[in-house]
Amino acid sequence: MVLKAFFPTCCTLADSGLLVGRWIPEQSSAVVLAVVHFPFIPIQVKELLAQVQQASQVGLVVLGTWCHHKQEPEESLGHFLEGLGTIFSHEPWLQLCWEKGSKFWSCKATHQQSSTIPGVPIEDHVMLIFYDQRKVLLSYLHPPTVLPDCQAGDATASAEGLAAIFDTVSRSEALFCKNQFDEDPVRLSHWQSEGLEASILVELAKKASGPVCLLVACLLSLVSAASACRLWKLWPLPFIASKFSTCEQLRHRFEHLTLVFSTQKARGPAQLMRKANMLVSLLLDVALGLTLLSWLHSSNRIGQLADALIPMADHVAEELQHLLQWLMGAPAGLKMNRALDQVLGRFFLYHIHLWISYIHLMSPFIERILWHVGLSACLGLTVALSILSDILALLTFHIYCFYVYGARLYCLKIYGLSSLWRLFRGKKWNVLRQRVDSCSYDLDQLFVGTLLFTILIFLLPTTALYYLVFTLLRLLVVTVQGLIHLLVDLINSLPLYSLGLRLCRPYRLAAGVKFRVLEHEAGRPLRLMMQINPLPYSNVVHTYRLPTCGCHPKHSWGSLCRKLFFGELIYPWKQKGDKQD
Amino acid sequence: MEEERSFSDICGGRLALQLRYYSPFCREFCVSCPRLSLRLLTAVTCTVWLAAYGLFTLCENSMILSAAIFVTLLGLLGYLHFVKIDQETLLIIDSLGIQMTSSYASGKENTTFIEMGKIKDIVINEAIYMQKVIYYLCILLKDPLEPHKISQVVPVFQSAKPRLDCLIEVYKSCQEVLAHKKATSTDP
Repeated sequence: MVLKAFFPTCCTLADSGLLVGRWIPEQSSAVVLAVVHFPFIPIQVKELLAQVQQASQVGLVVLGTWCHHKQEPEESLGHFLEGLGTIFSHEPWLQLCWEKGSKFWSCKATHQQSSTIPGVPIEDHVMLIFYDQRKVLLSYLHPPTVLPDCQAGDATASAEGLAAIFDTVSRSEALFCKNQFDEDPVRLSHWQSEGLEASILVELAKKASGPVCLLVACLLSLVSAASACRLWKLWPLPFIASKFSTCEQLRHRFEHLTLVFSTQKARGPAQLMRKANMLVSLLLDVALGLTLLSWLHSSNRIGQLADALIPMADHVAEELQHLLQWLMGAPAGLKMNRALDQVLGRFFLYHIHLWISYIHLMSPFIERILWHVGLSACLGLTVALSILSDILALLTFHIYCFYVYGARLYCLKIYGLSSLWRLFRGKKWNVLRQRVDSCSYDLDQLFVGTLLFTILIFLLPTTALYYLVFTLLRLLVVTVQGLIHLLVDLINSLPLYSLGLRLCRPYRLAAGVKFRVLEHEAGRPLRLMMQINPLPYSNVVHTYRLPTCGCHPKHSWGSLCRKLFFGELIYPWKQKGDKQD
Repeated sequence: MEEERSFSDICGGRLALQLRYYSPFCREFCVSCPRLSLRLLTAVTCTVWLAAYGLFTLCENSMILSAAIFVTLLGLLGYLHFVKIDQETLLIIDSLGIQMTSSYASGKENTTFIEMGKIKDIVINEAIYMQKVIYYLCILLKDPLEPHKISQVVPVFQSAKPRLDCLIEVYKSCQEVLAHKKATSTDP
């Protein structure tokens, strides 16, 4: 195989010296991590390598020599460098050379031991691949190849292909901590040899995060202890809490807060990204919520909203009354059964009358309630939207009741009809065996059954029409609630930190690498430039999406239509821990 | 060493194939697609503007005309940035892998790199597309768990769609490089 030498771009201008790095025999690649400059004592170099190897679990060796001719090529240096091959024995021994002013490099890789003629080494073809050390160090390769857990004292890290290169560089941080300002006997050249790179803000934030996390974690544990007390488990409260999406959203955000401010360190880059995404999502949520709050409380918007709410509820009730009057007449030209029509119409009209009286009773308190509810927007825009969705559900409660009445009536009718239809044909539903069996009925049973069947079938259009109208209204309300929930889910789950990172520092999220062939001359070794191929935006969102509340529709379209036809009640969202009706 | 030849694609448009031999184990093939035809561009623009003018005479709202201009500009920019591929490149490096690059008319480049360890072979496949039988070059990838099975087929030069004669040139060159890999491979 062709020998691949990965050379960092920061070392191209370094003085002559020894190449230090890792040799991967399976891929025949030499990853150069640093250059050790003259003068050095071989024992000290070996000690340094052993020290770094112990700290980083990466097998570091001296790979060869690097020769950077600034003036005329020096013959003595050449012989000296070749002599070093005997001190640090490594197969194959790499010799890289670059003359200042020339664009092309010369490389040699020699095998001393495996040559057939003693004294004459075999030379291999060499391919030079330049890489940006800092970017490769900071980047995270997706999808992560499964690395064996190296805490069990594994000296070598094994990984496939290019992941091995990324792994080698990222593990050798111990080597990159030694810079020229240390009082070390060995002088190294790598990306941080000019001095450690750090940002004051980041360091301050790291120092401050310890006590802040501890404080917030204590507060959160107090809150969770208070909410776990027995008072909240008394019967009506858990039921009501499960019906309101606000409680679900608050619980979800509370979980996020506990995770972000937990005192445990993140276990891996994926966990770290998740924490960062949650934090940014929380901050954005609170910022948008505060904006909404300031907009609501300015120029008496709350008062205007409260003033508009009662007439709006009145208007809805009036429209419903008109609808019922229309149904009680001859809706769309259909002829209804007058008696049943009147009964159902009056029943629903009385409900609306009750509802209107209730709303008018509440009207003096509406502004106060809205003002206090508006304050909850400081907890986040998602909480405000969930409250809006719950208010909508409360205000349209009468539509929900009508839907339930209509559906139950229709359902009973359909079941009655199907059972009596079986009676017509002389069959019966066997509950024990869960199948249809034949049955011989008495004459009077058949007579009563036929009568009932006829009555039910003639009353079917009236009930069906009421059911259809109220189901459509209910579906409309459910659609509006669904849109609000969709928006809340979007704010909850969008990984904004990852998207920002992909925009500003694309090398941090790597999908792979790309190579560019640098200027080439026949007879010279091939030179390639390795750059990081960033992850596409769709993959970023897909990989780093935060889990949502889990409120998604549980029915497929087919089962939904089937339920609608048979009059079974539809519960559109699957809430966590909801019992099936 | 660089060489340029001209071929044609499956629809009859002219293609140019540039072969670059950097070394016995590194080669690059660059297929450049036919340019954006001025006739098509003029035709589409005229249709959109005539339709807008027709709507304008019905509605007497001048916003329609400015909207049409806006739509045409945005559509052209979007087409150049997301749809129109100028050239497709295949770079094969022995013992590293194969890299496929598509460069769009706006300058955007989309690169995919496949490591040599995952590549089983490069073949020319035959496919029936509507009423045509077309040939395409594809890379066969092997499953890491079962090295004898093919896990994925990655087609190359999908936008350029060169004909068989061009594909044979590229195939022969790639096989020369891969032969070396197969000779030194440890697979039985």
